[in-house]
Amino acid sequence: MAKIYSNPFPKNDNLKPKDETISHLLNYSKALSVINYNKLKFEALLN
Amino acid sequence: MNKELIQDAALVSDYINGNENALSILIERHKQKIYSFIYSKVYDRDITEDVFQDTFIKVIRTLKRGKYNEEGKFLPWVMRIAHNLVIDHFRKNKRMPKFDNTGEFSIFSVLSDSSLNAEKTIIKNQVESDVRRVIEELPEDQKQVLLMRMYQDMSFKEISERTGVSINTALGRMRYALINMRKVIEQNNIILTN
Repeated sequence: MAKIYSNPFPKNDNLKPKDETISHLLNYSKALSVINYNKLKFEALLN
Repeated sequence: MNKELIQDAALVSDYINGNENALSILIERHKQKIYSFIYSKVYDRDITEDVFQDTFIKVIRTLKRGKYNEEGKFLPWVMRIAHNLVIDHFRKNKRMPKFDNTGEFSIFSVLSDSSLNAEKTIIKNQVESDVRRVIEELPEDQKQVLLMRMYQDMSFKEISERTGVSINTALGRMRYALINMRKVIEQNNIILTN
């Protein structure tokens, strides 16, 4: 049988984002507010 | 209430209505799938982290702007955003996955950029002009042989025919030309290396 020389994809069970990334996203979400004015939408980042 | 029991759709709706905690549950629930999906395409932790973050920033903005159409397909929608951002990433880099130069063999030992950069071009021109000035210092007979040999690529037979001297004389003049040039270079501390 032909030998497969390509390297197997490294198994990594730890494939998840860093806590800082999650925390950044949650903070971004809290800071972001969308203001509706007539038919326009304005985004504001309020830190 | 058990977090797992709440449907994605309900959480999305909660989030749109201002419950920030709903987003936290959604991210927690799907982070591994989305992260692995991105990683399987880009094979780089840092880029995966960036794309993951950009994906959710897009999700957050779309949800907050009220542009999301709930069809009970939150995860496939997020996956689609991630997929598009991965394509954007490769498009920005103008190629598919980069060669990972971690093994012992380096492709750059075989492939090299032979073209000179601006600095090396200037140095090369300087060296060539210095060499020409050194040649100008040589006695006329030696200079003639050297110019014919090096710049006109003539053989010593041709040089001897053109100058009317024997091949041995032409060879001798070439030899002295080189010796004299070395002398001038050493005496004046001229640096002729690129």
